[in-house]
Amino acid sequence: MRSEEIVGSLERRYLTDLLQKGKRIDNRGFFEGRSIQIIPNVIHKAEGSAMVKWGNTVVVAGVKTSVGPPFPDTPNQGVITVNLELSPISSPTFESGPPGPDAIEMARVVDRGIRESHVIPMMHPQMCIIPGKLVWILFVDIYILDDGGNLIDASALAAMAALANTRINKVKINEETEEPILLEEMDPLPREGSVVSLTYVKIDDFILYDPSLAEDRAKIARFSVGIADDGMICSMQKGESGVFSEEEIITILEKATSRAKELNKIIDESSFLNEGEMFQFDF
Amino acid sequence: MSENKNATLLENGLRLDGRDLHELRPISMKTGVLDRADGSCYLKWGNNKILCAVYGPRELHPKHLAQPDRAIVRVEYRLATFSVNERKSPAPRRREYELSKIITESLNHILFLEKFPNGTIDVFITVLDADGGTRCAALTAASLGLADAGIPMKGLVTGCAVGKVEDKIVVDLSDVEDKDGQGDMPVAMVYNTGEITLLQCDGKFTAEEITEGLKLAKEAIGKIYQMQRRALLAKYSQIAESYDEDEEEE
Repeated sequence: MRSEEIVGSLERRYLTDLLQKGKRIDNRGFFEGRSIQIIPNVIHKAEGSAMVKWGNTVVVAGVKTSVGPPFPDTPNQGVITVNLELSPISSPTFESGPPGPDAIEMARVVDRGIRESHVIPMMHPQMCIIPGKLVWILFVDIYILDDGGNLIDASALAAMAALANTRINKVKINEETEEPILLEEMDPLPREGSVVSLTYVKIDDFILYDPSLAEDRAKIARFSVGIADDGMICSMQKGESGVFSEEEIITILEKATSRAKELNKIIDESSFLNEGEMFQFDF
Repeated sequence: MSENKNATLLENGLRLDGRDLHELRPISMKTGVLDRADGSCYLKWGNNKILCAVYGPRELHPKHLAQPDRAIVRVEYRLATFSVNERKSPAPRRREYELSKIITESLNHILFLEKFPNGTIDVFITVLDADGGTRCAALTAASLGLADAGIPMKGLVTGCAVGKVEDKIVVDLSDVEDKDGQGDMPVAMVYNTGEITLLQCDGKFTAEEITEGLKLAKEAIGKIYQMQRRALLAKYSQIAESYDEDEEEE
C-alpha cells in the first residue's frame, strides 16, 4: 500500500547530483532511450490497435472507424480525432473525469504530428465516399495504463502503430438510392509513411532524452518534436515553465533526427505483421 | 445487431462458438501487473480483456465523503471507447454508473472496512475489449486486485453469468447470446460461504429455470474461484522461487 509518493526537492536534488556525475537514475546515457515493444492488433472490437511498452510505461491505442459528414470547409477529406485518457489505472495521482489540461495537451501534440505530417492522407480518394456528404471518420483513442514517464512519445507511437494496423470497409454505392453500403471486405487504411515523437527534458542545466518517471517529475522544461520518416519536422511543443536556448534546441533537433529514423523503422515492422494477425498482450 | 431473437444460437446441441451448454470460455488471470497501482489484475475471459487497478486504503478526498467508523469503497467500471462495436463516447453512460454501483456493493461485503476509518479503497476497472459477461469478469478481476493490494478480506468474490438460449439454460453467455438470446442472469458469490453478492436478470425465466441457473452458476463459479486462487498463489510462488535462488547464491 504505497499510494501517492511525495516527491519534492529531495528527489530533484538526488537526480541533479547524479547528473553532475554524468549519470542517470537508470544508468542510461543522456540521449539514450529505453527499450520499446510494439504489440500490434490486440483489440478484437477495434478496427486498428496497438499496445506500446516503453520502459515501464504501458499505453494502448485503438482506432474506431465510422462514416459521417465532412467538415464544410474540407468536403472531400476524411476526419481524424485523437483523444487521450490519463486513466486512474495508470497512476495514484490521476483522477477520473473528463480529460484535464495535461491529457488535452498530450492528445493535441499527438494529433498535430499525425495531421501535419499527412501520413494518413485525408484527401486520398478512399477517405471520401460521397463528396460533401459522406467521408471516413477516424477516432484514435489512447489509454495510458501504467505511467513510467514520457507519456507523449509512448502515446504517439501507440497511435501511429494503431493507424498502421487499421482497416476500413470497402464501400459500394447503391446507384438508385445513392445510399452507401459498407461491405464486409476491408482494405488497409491509406498510409504514406509514419511519424514519431521525441521528447527531451531539462533538469537543472542538463538535457535528457526519454524521461523516466522520476525525471518527468523533476523536469523544469520539456521539448517534444514530431519527425516523419522522410526526416521532416512536423510538430514541436515546448512545455513547462523552464526555458531552452537556441543552441540547445538545435542540438536536440540534431539528436532527434537520427533517433527518429530508428523509431519510424519499428512502426513499419509492426504494420500488418503476419498479414494482420491478432496478437495477445500480457504484462 | 440481429433483429431476429430466434436466430439459431444452438446447432447439434452446441453453441455458435462450439461450446457445450455448460462450458466456460477460456479464462486467464494475472495479478501484480501494474507498476504504479497498489494492487492490480489483468483478466482475459474469452475475448474480454479487463484491467483493474486498486489503490488504498488511502486518505479520502473530498473529506465530506469520509465515514468516521469505516473506509468507503469507490469503484469505477468503464468501457474503453474502442471496446465495443460502435465507438463509445469517453463520458460514462448510465450503464457504467449502475455496474460500478453493484460491483461496489458486492465488494463492500468481503472487506473489513471498519479497520480503516475515514479512508477509501479505490478500484478502477477498464474493459479494453468487450465480448459479453463483462460485469462478472470485472468483479472477478476487482476481487483479485484487492487481494493483490494486500487488503484484508473475508474471501474472494467470483462472478459468472448464466442465461437462456433456445429454451436451454447455458453458462457464460457470449456477446451474441446475450443480445439474441432469451435472457441473461449475472451471478456473483463468495464461493466458500455460498453468499450471493450480486444477482441480476433480464429476459424471461421460469422459477425452475432460475433455480437451475443458480445451480449451474455456482458450479461455474467454483471453477473460476480455483483459477483466482491459483492466480494469487502464482505471484507468491514466483517470489518464493526467487528467494530460494537468492539463498543459493549466498
